[in-house]
Order: sequence, then structure tokens, then C-alpha cells
Amino acid sequence: MKALSQKRRHPLAAIALLLMGLLVTGGLYAVATTVNQAKATTSFSANDAEEGKKLFEANCATCHGMGASGSPAGPSLVGVGAAAVDFQVGTGRMPMQMNAPQAPKKPVQFNEEQTNQLAAYVASLGPGPSIPEAGVLDGQGDAAKGGELFRVNCAMCHNAAAAGGALTRGKFAPALGDVTSKHIYEAMVTGPQNMPVFSDANLSPEGKRDIITFLKQIEANGSPGGADLGSLGPVSEGLFVWIAGLGVIIAFTIWLTSRTS
Amino acid sequence: MNQLDLAIGSVISMSATSTPDAPTFVAKTKGGRITNFVDERVGGSGILREFGRKVFPDHWSFMFGEVALYSFVILLLSGTFLTFFFDPSMAETHYQGSYTPLKNVEMSVAYNSSLNISFDVRGGLFMRQVHHWSALLFVASVSVHMLRVFFTGAFRKPREMNWVVGGVLLILSMAAGFTGYSLPDDLLSGNGLRIIDGVIKSIPVIGTYISFFLFGGEFPGTVIIGRLYMLHILLVPALILLMIVLHLFMVVVHKHTQYPGPGRNDGNVVGYPLGPVYAAKAGGFFFIVFGVIALMAGFFTINPIWNYGPYDPSPVSAGTQPDWYIGFVDGALRLMPGIIGDWRVEQVWFGQVFTFNVLLPALVPAGILFTVLFTYPWIERWITKDNREHHVLDRPRNAPTRTAIGMAGFVWYCVMWAAAGSDLIATHFHVSLNDVTYWLRALFFIGPVIAFIVTKRVALALQRKDREIALHGRETGRIVRLPHGEFIEVHAPLDEYKRYKLVGFESPSPLPAQPNEHGVVDRKEKRRAKLSQWFFEDRVAPATPAELAAAHGHHGEHEAIDSGASQKTLSH
Repeated sequence: MKALSQKRRHPLAAIALLLMGLLVTGGLYAVATTVNQAKATTSFSANDAEEGKKLFEANCATCHGMGASGSPAGPSLVGVGAAAVDFQVGTGRMPMQMNAPQAPKKPVQFNEEQTNQLAAYVASLGPGPSIPEAGVLDGQGDAAKGGELFRVNCAMCHNAAAAGGALTRGKFAPALGDVTSKHIYEAMVTGPQNMPVFSDANLSPEGKRDIITFLKQIEANGSPGGADLGSLGPVSEGLFVWIAGLGVIIAFTIWLTSRTS
Repeated sequence: MNQLDLAIGSVISMSATSTPDAPTFVAKTKGGRITNFVDERVGGSGILREFGRKVFPDHWSFMFGEVALYSFVILLLSGTFLTFFFDPSMAETHYQGSYTPLKNVEMSVAYNSSLNISFDVRGGLFMRQVHHWSALLFVASVSVHMLRVFFTGAFRKPREMNWVVGGVLLILSMAAGFTGYSLPDDLLSGNGLRIIDGVIKSIPVIGTYISFFLFGGEFPGTVIIGRLYMLHILLVPALILLMIVLHLFMVVVHKHTQYPGPGRNDGNVVGYPLGPVYAAKAGGFFFIVFGVIALMAGFFTINPIWNYGPYDPSPVSAGTQPDWYIGFVDGALRLMPGIIGDWRVEQVWFGQVFTFNVLLPALVPAGILFTVLFTYPWIERWITKDNREHHVLDRPRNAPTRTAIGMAGFVWYCVMWAAAGSDLIATHFHVSLNDVTYWLRALFFIGPVIAFIVTKRVALALQRKDREIALHGRETGRIVRLPHGEFIEVHAPLDEYKRYKLVGFESPSPLPAQPNEHGVVDRKEKRRAKLSQWFFEDRVAPATPAELAAAHGHHGEHEAIDSGASQKTLSH
């Protein structure tokens, strides 16, 4: 200790301290950011990746380039992870039908096995988020906590009732009804299209589990007050009262006054 | 039945026994005696006789005021129920009710009690939905009622002041709606309040002070729900009731207007007396309105506050809109750009921030709309110099310029209204939100102009069609060939009643500038003359009796041919 205190005014002390600080910060950061990749549970065989490569070259390489290194038409997929492939291909968003502000959900183009093979291939290119394990998708989390997290992190785009909403220039946040728990989780960890990434560092796996629990619960609950009119809030309510409410009233007024004339 | 007869009997006796020593009427039954007792002291039969003979013309478009009145009654009834369970406190609590997705969530007592009304009070959710649906219907029927009054010219002398009372009622109904919308203290209503706070704060110099006074400190504070509650259940409904009394009093004084028709003029009212048929109908109509609202409340959810969660100033949900009647202000806010060219709309002058991008859209369109609405009867009166009483309404086509002005205002309102749903238009029609905004910005300026021109042209065309039909009758679609080979279409003449409707209206021509008492035509009068020119220059005069007679002669000829032709067919 004494030796250390004696050397504290050494010309190189500041540099040593700086180095140490950088090492610690960098090390911690590396640990924090690789939390996502730490749980690669779905194991792919070498054969999967091999088959996936063939599928990729036939169906995806036109835009994403050979070796998924990207092209002017599509981004590089090195390091996006198996979760991104499983989400994009598993919901039919990829392969993209046409160039549009956003790739919409559409009928799935590949079966489960092929999707897995594609995921295995892309995962083999570089480390990235893997397909989530069943434990975080069971819908047994805390719905109330999930609701709070959803309102703070998701509702500004997806609407408080998960009915979806508009973004700029033709982009949109889709409605979340009928989306499987796995795809919701994958969307959160990979941030597809315009969605931000919710890494495990800023939204823990338990938090994600709670959000999924909340979404599944409100979906299962249905609408306690009757038909939900699309859960779109006051606009659909106003439209309804003007067209249906006032329409029926006008029909009655015509009926009431026509009898006498 | 027997009692009713006795009640009528007592009416007769009362009018006959004005002198004290005349034999008093003694009813035979207990009910009759009670009725007679009350009547001798209150004079109800006199009132009933006076009101029972008030004549109301029958037309479906005259019933929107009634719809508004009935929705207001339903609002009072359902609102009273809600006050039994609502607690307007902003103290913090943790939800322990039966809606699990919010279990243990921290929230205000107000939101907690709204959730309890929805899930734990028997019939509470239904009553909440009755209250909210009838609120929407209330403002909607007030608005449609005002549109009807405007487009038929019912605001003209002597009803200008009642028009103003109606406008005040519209504003009060919006105020009632907005204060109520904010009470549950959910995320949606909190966002709405936040916008109001922003608008207040954008008022130069005094804005921040007003906001702090209103919210009792920085938004959201802990007092606003309680204050809004007092306004919502006490002050605003009391003012609305007062205005309704004034409004109905003036309706009785002025008598009801009527649509033009044979035998109807500014000196009479053609219709049915209030009692008994009309009163029974109106009473029944209350239950129809109540039934329609109850069905809506039973089958369609409104303001699902449990979806929105408790208010917290940080989250803002997509699809956050006010109820429809505040929509046009929200839409104007959405349309306003923050930068025009290179000019930032928010400016710092003399060390003060002037947030024109909030202040202008929030206050100017609404200001223009209500100023024109309140002053229009006087504007038109000044332009037309028409100081006569009008009890016969105009068909909208017979006042083309007024109808066009009304439609221009209506379209302007609707553009702003649509802008409040711009995000939903974008997602549901798969178009870009930016494009929706650009188009609506353009329509904000050119929409009213297009509406004015199109409406005026349509009104004039309809007038020409009316004139044509009045002169030449209805086209029957029967084509007849004359002996010399000419083909004609047989026109069926109108009966007199239908023809009256087509010719019995005024079509004033422009009134040139008039000299004042000094024999001078001043500048203001010249301006008025120009406006009068603009108001009346495009006109289709109704067919005159001479024109009708001439056309009729022509008709006779056709009919002769027609009968001749049919004789020929017979002889074949």
C-alpha cells in the first residue's frame, strides 16, 4: 500500500488510472451487452446452417447479398441473430413483397423447418440475439407490472390497448393482437424495422415476460364493456355516435312525424 | 279513465266558477277530489289549457332540440348515480379491485373509484357508458339542431337572441363534456388535460400564471380533478339548466317556426296542439332516446379507462384524442406547422416566449367559428336590411348564399375535425401520415372556398329544377308521337299544394346603397350594398302567377293531345 501511495505522483500514474478505468468500463459494457447472447438455447446442427445457406442464397441474397453482407437493396444480416430471422421470416414480413415504407405482416413463405435453417445460417455468421426460451414466454409473469412497462415503453406507438398506431411517412406500429408470445419477445430484442431495440440491459427478460403476460391477458379478457369498436379511442366512439346513434334517432324522428302527415 | 273524466270536469268547473258564491264542484271519487283540491290552489288546469293548445308543426328535423333535452335529462339521471360512487381525490392509492391487469398499481383515488364503478359497482359500467354515450349524443344533437336552425334561416327576427342562447348552450355542453372527460384521471384524459395546460401556458405573459392558479401549482398537481368535478356537477349543469329554461321560454314566446307550405305564413303556426297527442309523442320519444342510448351502452364500450391505465405525465399513448366535440381544436393543433419556410413559429420577443404554434391553432379557429356563429344573424340582417319577422323557414336552396356560407363553415370545421384523426386515417387507409397532414393543411384553406362555390351552384341548380317543375310539371317518362310525327314527353301537372312549395318563397334582389337621413351614401352603406350584391346577385326568381298561367295554357295543349292520343289507342 505504501509503495502504491508513493508512486501516485509518478508521471505515468494518470495514464495507468485512465487505462484501468477504460478497461473496467469496457469490460462491464461487454458483459452487459452480451447478456442477450448468453442464453443461446435453441441449438442448431451444422446441417441446419448448411441447408439455411442454400435457402438464403436462393431467396434472400438478392437484397441481403451473398454471405448476408448486405447490398444497396438490403442491410447486412451479420450479427442480427437467430431471433431476428425467426421474427421476420416467421411472421411473413420477409421475404419482402415490394419496396414499401415498411414490410407488413403477410402469409408466411417458409415452413418452420426452413425458418429454423435460415435462422441457423444467419446465427452462424455472427453472435446475435437467439430465439427465446419457453420460460419467458409462458405468460405467467406479473400482468400489472407488464402493463406499466407497456404504457411507458410501448403505448406511444402501439396504443395503450395495443391496437397499433401511425408513424411518419407511411410507417406504422402494428396492432399486437394475434401476435405469438415468441414473436413479441423477438421483436423486443431485435427491434425490427422502425422499432427500437429493448435489450436485456434496459428491459430485463422478466420485464419482457411481464409485458407478454399483460398483452396476453388483455387479449384474453376481451372487452368488458361490449364491442370495443377497434379499441381506437374517441375517434371511433365519435364516429359511432354520429352514424349509428344519431342515425337510429333520425330514423325514429322520421317515423314519429310521418304518421300524422 | 273515470278520474281523467273528473279532472276534465274540474277544469270546466273552474272556468265557470269565478265567483265565490257559485256552487262549487264536488268530485265523486277520491282521486277526483284530490285533483280538484290541487287545481283550485295551483290553477294547473289553466296552465295546462294554455300549453296544451300550443301548436307545434310536425317535421323530423324539428326534433333534434328535443333529443338534446332528453339526453341532458339522461345525463342528469346517470350522472347522479355516478356521483354516489365517484371520489374526485388525487390522493395516491394502490388498486385492489377485481381487474387483475391493474392489481396493486399505484394510482389516484379518482381513477381507483372510476375502476370500481366499472368493475365492482353493480350496474356501474353500464351507467358509466350510458352517461358517456348520452354526453356524446347531447353535443351531437345540439350541433345538428344548430345546423338545422342555421340552414333553414330560423335564427332571423325575432329569434336572434335565442340563437345566441343556443350558441352558449353549445359551448356549455362542450365545457360539460370536457370537464367530465377529465375526471377518471386515466392516461387518456390526463393527456387531454396536458394539452389544455399547454394551450393555457402558450398565452403570452399571463399563461403560466393562469396554469398555476388552475392546477394549484405545476401540472398535474393534486387539485385539478376536484376542481373540475365541482365545475362538472355543479356550475356547468346549473348554467345549462338556466340556459335551457331561457331557451324554452323564448320558444314559447316566439312560437315554433314552420316550413313553407299552403296555408302557412308568418302570422300563423300550422301543426298539432301539444295536448294530448303531441305531448304523448314527445314523452314517448324520451323513452326512445333513452332506449337507443341504453342499447348503445349495453352493447358498445365507450372510454375503456382500464385500457389506458392511471395518469402519469411520462407516457403518451398512440391514438390519444379528445371526445369528438373538442376534436376540431385538437385537429387544428395537429395541422399547425412549427416552422413556416424559415420562420420559426415559436418566437422569443422581449425575453418572453411566444408559442404561436400552439396559441394560434388552439384559439384562432375556434374564435373565428364562434364569433361568426354568434354574430351571423346580425351580419345577415345588416346586409339584407331585412327587419321583418320570419316564422316561415327558408328551404336551404332558396337562400343559396347563406347555405353556401354555412357549408363553407361546416367543411372548414370538418377538415379540422378529420385532422384530429389523422393518425387513424393514415393507418386505416394505408397512406402516409405526412401526406394526410399536407392535404388537410391545403383543404383547411381551399376546402371552404370549394364548398362555398359548389353549394351555391347546387342550390341554384335545385332552384332552377323547382322552377322548371312548377312551370312544366313532372316528367312522366311517357313518350307520345303526334299525328305529324313529332315526339313529345307527357308532363304531369303538379297539384296546387306541391306547386305552392316550389313557388311560394322570396327571392330578394340586391339592395343598392341607400342614402342616410342626410341624403348621403356613406362608405359603410356602400360596403353593405356590395355585400348585398354578393349575397343576392345570383338568383333564380320563383315562377310568377303570369308565368304559371302561360305555362299552364301550354300544358292544356299537351293534355288535349294526351287525351286525344289515348282515345286513339282505345279506338285501335
